[in-house]
Amino acid sequence: MAQIRLVNLRKTFGTAVALQDITLTIEDGELLAILGPSGCGKTTTMQLLAGFVVPDAGEVWAHDRLISSSRAVVPPERRRMSLVFQSYALWPHLTVFQNIAFGLEMRRVPSDQIRRRVNSILEIVNLVGYEKRYSHELSGGQQQRVALARALVVEPDTLLLDEPLSNLDANLREQMRFEIRRIHDTTRITTVYVTHDQAEALVIADRIAVMNKGLIEQTGTPQEIYEQPQSRFVASFIGGANCLVGQLLEPGLVRCGQLQFRAKDGRGLRAGDEVVLCIRPHAVKVHRVRPDPGAGTNLAGGHLVQHAYLGDLQDIRILLPGGAQIRALTPAGNFFQAGEEVFVELPIERCYLLRS
Amino acid sequence: MVPEAPVGSSAEHRFHARRRGLDLSIAVWVGVAAILLFMVIVPLAFIFVASVHSDETDRLTLANYVEAFSRAIYLQPIRNSLLLAAAVAVVSCLCGTLLSWAVSHTDMPARNLIRNLVFAAFVTPSFLGAAAWIFLAAPNSGWLNRAWVALTGAAHGPFNIYSLGGAIFVIAMYSYPYTFAFASNALELIPSEMERSAALLGASWWRITWRITLPLVRPALIAGAVLSFLEAIAEFGTPAFLLIPAGQQVITTQLYLFFQFPTRPNLAAAYAIPLLLVTAGLFVLQQRLLRRGRFTTVAGKGAVREPFRLGRWRWVLFAICIIPPLCSLILPYSALVVTSLSRAWGRGPLPGNLTTHWYRWALFENGAARMAIQHSLTYASAAATIATVLAIFTAYVAHRRLLPGARILAFVAVAPFVVPGIILAIGFFSAYARPPIVLYGTGWMLIAAFATRFLPIAYSGSESAIRSIDVELENAARTLGSTALRTFGRITLPLLRRHVLSTWLTAFIPSLRELSSAVFLFTPATAVMTNVIFDLSDGGNFEPVSALGVLMMAMAFGLIAVAYPVIGRTVLIHRQGS
Repeated sequence: MAQIRLVNLRKTFGTAVALQDITLTIEDGELLAILGPSGCGKTTTMQLLAGFVVPDAGEVWAHDRLISSSRAVVPPERRRMSLVFQSYALWPHLTVFQNIAFGLEMRRVPSDQIRRRVNSILEIVNLVGYEKRYSHELSGGQQQRVALARALVVEPDTLLLDEPLSNLDANLREQMRFEIRRIHDTTRITTVYVTHDQAEALVIADRIAVMNKGLIEQTGTPQEIYEQPQSRFVASFIGGANCLVGQLLEPGLVRCGQLQFRAKDGRGLRAGDEVVLCIRPHAVKVHRVRPDPGAGTNLAGGHLVQHAYLGDLQDIRILLPGGAQIRALTPAGNFFQAGEEVFVELPIERCYLLRS
Repeated sequence: MVPEAPVGSSAEHRFHARRRGLDLSIAVWVGVAAILLFMVIVPLAFIFVASVHSDETDRLTLANYVEAFSRAIYLQPIRNSLLLAAAVAVVSCLCGTLLSWAVSHTDMPARNLIRNLVFAAFVTPSFLGAAAWIFLAAPNSGWLNRAWVALTGAAHGPFNIYSLGGAIFVIAMYSYPYTFAFASNALELIPSEMERSAALLGASWWRITWRITLPLVRPALIAGAVLSFLEAIAEFGTPAFLLIPAGQQVITTQLYLFFQFPTRPNLAAAYAIPLLLVTAGLFVLQQRLLRRGRFTTVAGKGAVREPFRLGRWRWVLFAICIIPPLCSLILPYSALVVTSLSRAWGRGPLPGNLTTHWYRWALFENGAARMAIQHSLTYASAAATIATVLAIFTAYVAHRRLLPGARILAFVAVAPFVVPGIILAIGFFSAYARPPIVLYGTGWMLIAAFATRFLPIAYSGSESAIRSIDVELENAARTLGSTALRTFGRITLPLLRRHVLSTWLTAFIPSLRELSSAVFLFTPATAVMTNVIFDLSDGGNFEPVSALGVLMMAMAFGLIAVAYPVIGRTVLIHRQGS
């Protein structure tokens, strides 16, 4: 088991900056998810952790061992890290058993022990009876579990998972989220989980590091990330918050174009600051008739420009005077239509401010 | 999760402690790179040095170039070579395009037969075809001429194979498979929707072919024509068979004559360098075209295509399309087989003239012929093995960027492709006939030359094979504790198995039938089949030539037949030019 520290990592490929400056600590026994859109540098981070990429600057420490720096990199085979690839990377010329046993063979484990350990890991991933199959004879989910078993059987200090569920269909994906969490709860292996799927990260991770453009925007528990986003990117990437650009008039009051909104007071903001007002689509209420303007809410009239029926919800976009758009997810009961004039209600306690 | 096994874990700890030593892989990669430089760069460097050196005065000089390119008798062969190669490119482009279009886009009968015949023509060396066409179309004794005389009562027949036209014809009949391969590859990749949309807009099949299909494959056609040009200008056997008796020279035969008594090696080197530059330039051009060509056609998945219905024209098209295979295979092989079974070929296939003597001669009675067969097989096997091993390692190092300058390695591995066999042989002769390294007189001279000459073919096969292996399969092994070298042995090589066999075969077959470099490098103790064929035909002994030729091709086709189920025809033919 090991604590992993990434210190001021930087990496460029040619002229493309993959990592600007990454500092991150993964605690011993923790499951940390690196979450970000494609091209944010999360795969590079993973390759760096595994030892396939040499950083331009910065260091990677495993416990008290320096395993990567711009001068030297401990090769992948000596890092005691296992990596589960997005493609699974199962060897097509070997059976399930041989795939899983490979890492133990490399460690010169006696063959009777190999058999015992492979069998016991097959039980954990529910694949007993599949030992003699080849990977092309398995379903996607089974291949995924073989890949997981192959990585776990060598009892690595660290487990790296690179978008492990992205090749599965939706149902299986949800099931495997809990499966991975369950395996982590039993093994407590320090795990880094790279994904672009926020739901996956929220369900699985102890902590989430949100990455964007080669930088870590925010690190925190799933709850912190969702409820207290520290940047506009995190707010809109996680949960797809509406972001209205404006100027702070006084603490808790923002002017967005011709409209004024009240919001929870942001820390460290001063009157005159350029700010972003964020509110999640679920928090926005839509009315056909102008409701009583209560004390705890903002109200604005708007034009309903787009409407999508999602079964239990409806996904609505409303054009506000001045050109800003608000997205709302409201229950499907009160059915709206594109073209209607409506009123949007933004509860103050759900409106928060971020520095622009 | 897994019950902790005390013995196992301590073994694991030892494992991690032991693996601190230097990774051996770097040494292996560097070794491969060194051999490669030795095989390719050294001979070429020697040619260049020889071209600016005078052996008499032991000084550096440009006199060789001046002499080579100022005298009319040396300039005429250059003109002949250019004319020959250009004409071959045109003829083979026309044949290859027509055949590939007929095979891929129409309902012409026996399309598969045509495909297989084209492939067989591709395997046959053109010097063997040249020998066969001597029996068919020598000015007076050729069977076609005699048949003509018998039928028309004319004074003499219309064909003279001992001419530039004859050489163009024979070489084209064995180089159109290149254009065929390029064109049919491109034609099959055209998305059928492109042609269908034209049809929906009211275009006739003729207009579709002319306005849509052919323009789409134009880069591939030109690339194929360039390759035919390269083959033709580098060809030695056919000009030697057909043009030397006619007293006409091309560059390659002129180079050969420079090494007849009195030898002029420095002049030969100077004479060879411009040819080398031309072939290198054309190769670069061809690669450019192909890259652009791929860009336009790669989109297609080659959907099932509804062939153009030709109606009663089907058989007319077939009658036209069978002509090239007739001239490159059916007539020549018939002539070779008949001659090999004749006491004297001039008398024709008459009952009293038939004998199996020449086969007994080649296989049992004549020590030299038997030795040559053995040499051919062992040298070609050794060369193919060396080329395959080098190619796979080089492609691996280059593709995975395991060494700095890996791209240069890849370039070095394909460089021999542009070196005509005869020039490569001159380089090997200059480099390894004198101390410090003397290979001349040993089989290794031929083995090294064959391996170098066909390294590019092996390389392009290995490169595409390695490209098909996802690097993650290797990375997975690395994270599980396998070193780079072990990963190569345990994961990469097993995944390449099938490709290794086909790569070996694509290097073996051309080595088996290689003449142009063997002619320079053999000694009586190391002669291969092609040497014996060349010497015998020089003396006019065409019956044993035919028997040896038939045996040689029987070996080649036999091997292909055995390997065919594993690797397939397309692999073999597409490799050669790409």
